[in-house]
Amino acid sequence: MEFYGLVDGTEISLRKFLQTLSGVDQIGAEARAAMLATRSIKTSAKNWAIDLAISMVDLTTLEGADTPGKVRALCNKAVRPDSTDSSVPSVGAICVYNDMVAIARKHLDSIGGSHVPVAAVSTAFPSGRASMAVKIQDTQDALDAGATEIDMVIDRGAFLSGQFQVVFDEIAKIRTLCGTKAHLKVILETGELVTYDNVRTASFIAMLAGADFIKTSTGKVSPAATPPVVLVMLEAVRDFHQLTNHKIGVKAAGGIRTTKDAIKQLVLVNETVGSQWLSPSLFRIGASALLNDLLMQRMKARDGFYPSPSYVSID
Amino acid sequence: MSDRIEVKKTYKLFIGGAFPRSESGRTYEVNDHKGGFLANPALASRKDLRDAVVIARTAHISWAKATAYNRGQILYRIAEMLEGRADQFASEISALDGISIKEALKEVHLSVDRLVWYAGWSDKLSALVGATNPVSGPYFNFSIPEPMGVVGAIATEKNSLLGFIDAIAPIIVSGNSVIVLASERAPLPAMSFAEVLATSDLPPGVCNILTGSKSELAPWFASHMDIDGLDITGVEHDLRADVKVAGAENLKRIHSFADGQSPARILSFMEIKTTWHPIGV
Repeated sequence: MEFYGLVDGTEISLRKFLQTLSGVDQIGAEARAAMLATRSIKTSAKNWAIDLAISMVDLTTLEGADTPGKVRALCNKAVRPDSTDSSVPSVGAICVYNDMVAIARKHLDSIGGSHVPVAAVSTAFPSGRASMAVKIQDTQDALDAGATEIDMVIDRGAFLSGQFQVVFDEIAKIRTLCGTKAHLKVILETGELVTYDNVRTASFIAMLAGADFIKTSTGKVSPAATPPVVLVMLEAVRDFHQLTNHKIGVKAAGGIRTTKDAIKQLVLVNETVGSQWLSPSLFRIGASALLNDLLMQRMKARDGFYPSPSYVSID
Repeated sequence: MSDRIEVKKTYKLFIGGAFPRSESGRTYEVNDHKGGFLANPALASRKDLRDAVVIARTAHISWAKATAYNRGQILYRIAEMLEGRADQFASEISALDGISIKEALKEVHLSVDRLVWYAGWSDKLSALVGATNPVSGPYFNFSIPEPMGVVGAIATEKNSLLGFIDAIAPIIVSGNSVIVLASERAPLPAMSFAEVLATSDLPPGVCNILTGSKSELAPWFASHMDIDGLDITGVEHDLRADVKVAGAENLKRIHSFADGQSPARILSFMEIKTTWHPIGV
């Protein structure tokens, strides 16, 4: 059923639905995220978490200075993160700008990495300040180039001025465009949404409009994927699952640089939505520097001594 | 006036210019020469070492770029700060080693002089061991000493302050950053010395001080792949072979030194870089 039978695509039905949402207890969310962050994950559980986190990484390069060579190097790393150890799993996806999608797809296929999807950031990333026609063309370009995951940004200006239906319609349009060809991840840019209530509202708008994933941030704004924000989004996903029986994924992106940070996120996932979400198909971590730290922790576990950053690649 | 309760100092670690407790939360007991209780300094863990290495690596980059003159001035400044607190150090040494305040003061003064001595070397090293090499061809060929990077040091048990100065000064004067494990028996002067460093313009992270068990931490110093050199002067002889084996993995430069000041202590943790440059047009 369209929009899960919860709204019918009109503004009045969306507003009615959003009014039913409970508010977020800010202190409670922060305290719970902080409490879960104290969980100590060691030895074999840690090794398992490291490999899981590697398989969830959306290995990302979103710089003005990206070159085809850099994208290809990143593809090599995505397929085989540690060139000295073939037991390391491939990452969840490669995440690049639109014009690099074809280069990444072609190179991945040529090195035996056809199982690694290419995600493209879309709809005038990162600001989202462009006409709908441009956003649609932007997404279409990425799909044509072979992207199987689209990371779109919401119109924060519209959201913050209360035009929820505008945000909803944009997501719904891009959803239709993606069809069955691509997964849709909707970037809320929580660092610009100011309150946890807004994060929860935006999460529901995105999920109702057809997002497969809701994603915290572009990585261009700080703060990004802080544990309380991810917790609030996971709770929205949990509530949405209870309501519709549909599983929506979450992608935490931005500011996750160390293995410790990544494992904290996994604990949040497990404790909020359950172990079913501990899979790259339902939880992703958008990062670039994180992968090296995960690999170094893996080396420490394997060799028994601390490695040096000189032994992992510089991206 | 009522008897006031003395405010005792908590001896913590010194990492990245801050004074954290050990991440492990552990402490151990340090006694004076008669066995009486003195303090509970932190018992650092391998994770404290790991964190210190990350910070030292970053700090080394800007410290090595500072001019030799500037590094010398900062070491001299450390000596100035130490001179001003001589009495505090003398009483700590006296309590730990059971020597008179007068004798202890002598060690403090020797330590100040040692710092000044090493400070003077900073801008003379390239003249001492650098060279323009005679080569057959229209080229200049220079060799200049460069700092190694991150160096570990296990301070000796003999002189709690002087031995500590001997461990750090020759390493940092050339532009290395150091992670030093203070004397296990008598770590208090080293930790008080951290307060001297904190007020002497030395960039945070260049000198990081741990206190704790030598036999526990020395192997981790040796095996850590991101530590480039290691001074094992303070490691007992029966432990040295193991430490050297553990350090072989990344070809770590491992040295131990006799007492006293020597430019060899500086040069042991430098590398010679040779460059070619065409002569003329």
